Amino acid sequence: MLNDGSSQLLRLENVCKSYHKNLVLENISFSVNRGKTVTIIGPNGAGKSTLMKISLGILGVSSGSVFRPKSISVGYMPQKVMIDDVLPLSVQDFLYLRPNISYDEVKNVLDTVRLSHISNLPVQSASGGEMQRILLARALLGKPDLLVLDEPVQGIDIMGQQEIYGLIAKVRDETGCGVLMISHDLHLVMASTDQVLCLNQHICCSGTPEFVQKDPEYHAMMGRPMEGVAIYTHHHAEGHDDHHHHHHHTTVENEPDHD
Amino acid sequence: MIIITIIIIPLLKMSQTMIDQFIINALLAGILVAAIAGPLGCFMVWRKMAYFGDTISHSALMGIALGIALDSENPIIMIATCASVAMFLLFLQRDRRFSSDTLLGILAHSALSVGIIVISMMDNFRQDMMYYLVGDILAIGIKDIYIISFVAVISAICLMMIWRPLLSLTVHEDLAQIEGVKVNLIKIIYMLLIAFMVAVSLKVIGVLLITALMIIPAAAARTVSNTPLQMILISSCCGILSVLAGILVSNEWDVPTGPAIVLSATVIFLLGRTFAPKRA
Repeated sequence: MLNDGSSQLLRLENVCKSYHKNLVLENISFSVNRGKTVTIIGPNGAGKSTLMKISLGILGVSSGSVFRPKSISVGYMPQKVMIDDVLPLSVQDFLYLRPNISYDEVKNVLDTVRLSHISNLPVQSASGGEMQRILLARALLGKPDLLVLDEPVQGIDIMGQQEIYGLIAKVRDETGCGVLMISHDLHLVMASTDQVLCLNQHICCSGTPEFVQKDPEYHAMMGRPMEGVAIYTHHHAEGHDDHHHHHHHTTVENEPDHD
Repeated sequence: MIIITIIIIPLLKMSQTMIDQFIINALLAGILVAAIAGPLGCFMVWRKMAYFGDTISHSALMGIALGIALDSENPIIMIATCASVAMFLLFLQRDRRFSSDTLLGILAHSALSVGIIVISMMDNFRQDMMYYLVGDILAIGIKDIYIISFVAVISAICLMMIWRPLLSLTVHEDLAQIEGVKVNLIKIIYMLLIAFMVAVSLKVIGVLLITALMIIPAAAARTVSNTPLQMILISSCCGILSVLAGILVSNEWDVPTGPAIVLSATVIFLLGRTFAPKRA
């Protein structure tokens, strides 16, 4: 677990954070390495976004420490970006706001997320799914070593979710960057995640997706019965062809029911 | 073409009737102030900070009061007062219990009250209160022109330098910070630019109406702009047009110039809103 220099992109050690004497994060330790994906899951109010902001250095810690090599470049995808209609801004102008990049890079990244056709339209006219892809594109600009994604598939239908997770996995495998992301739902993330952290102010449990799903702490936290969970076991694949049918659909939201 | 004609006709008309120095001074001062109010106002509209303009202009009145108390007409006093209030606001904003809205309300009205009380305590200034509230562009002297030009040039250079980072943090502050924008520094520079601009345009348009010269042309420009840069340039033009129209109107009908400029801007905004082609 010690710093081996080149491959470690982020390491938190015993991080605690409190607001007005109210402890929101307790004793958090984890690290993100090159080429690996770490996913944080947890209920609302678990401190996921706070943990993300601490990891990015936007928020300070109350105690503990955060290590992030100064030389690495970070791509960040915020949870939600509302751009007021009063600002006339096209999709490509929005992307071009990232410092030190060229228009060619913007064009390329728009190709990657398949949005070239709307590059000149106002960014406000993008649909929910398009907006998430635009934000992902912004995060991918500047060739990040570390991608930090705050609920990248929020408000997107199942097909769109698979596409975004597929894109993230593809970029990670091609560039070897590390990924830290927040997700509400474990199912679609599982296929491309190396480590899952279940967060509810402290880390309830952590490990591979398969391991976490068997952990009673996970079920206590997420409020789901164990037998009602579909498990994707294979790695880095599209993951929609082998889910197990079961009889507890009411307890599992976003269950992919096509195929 | 229409715009150019609209600008030139009143100028020609004026040059026929009176080529007095004070009209030329007024025009120059008005054009410079409007040109720089355009971009600053656009950011104010984008950042939903219209109230911030009011707060700074109200503190300018406190600056005037301070100047009177110190028996000095040095514009540095006013600029320093505006800048201090802006910095004090940044400090107060660290306490998340109060929204910016509330803090701005507290600062704006406290500063206005301090200014009015101090000015009203000096008998020889009481009759001039209206001058500070709505401005007196025809009283602009050559020295004022120098100061305004200096501030306008500095502001234009600073804005060009912070243009992209300021736009980026306007869209999303956290994202900008992570991408390496020095968010606090850029915000401070922007606030100081507004403080400077307000301080020097007080004579042109007055404490109560400066915000209008920033907000209304920006809003008018929105209806015909497709990019942020377009909106900034068009809003400067709308501002300049309003100043020219306002001076013309106030000259023709002998009404206060500041309100005439503001209403001209409003007419331009309404025309733009009504006749601008609707875009998808």
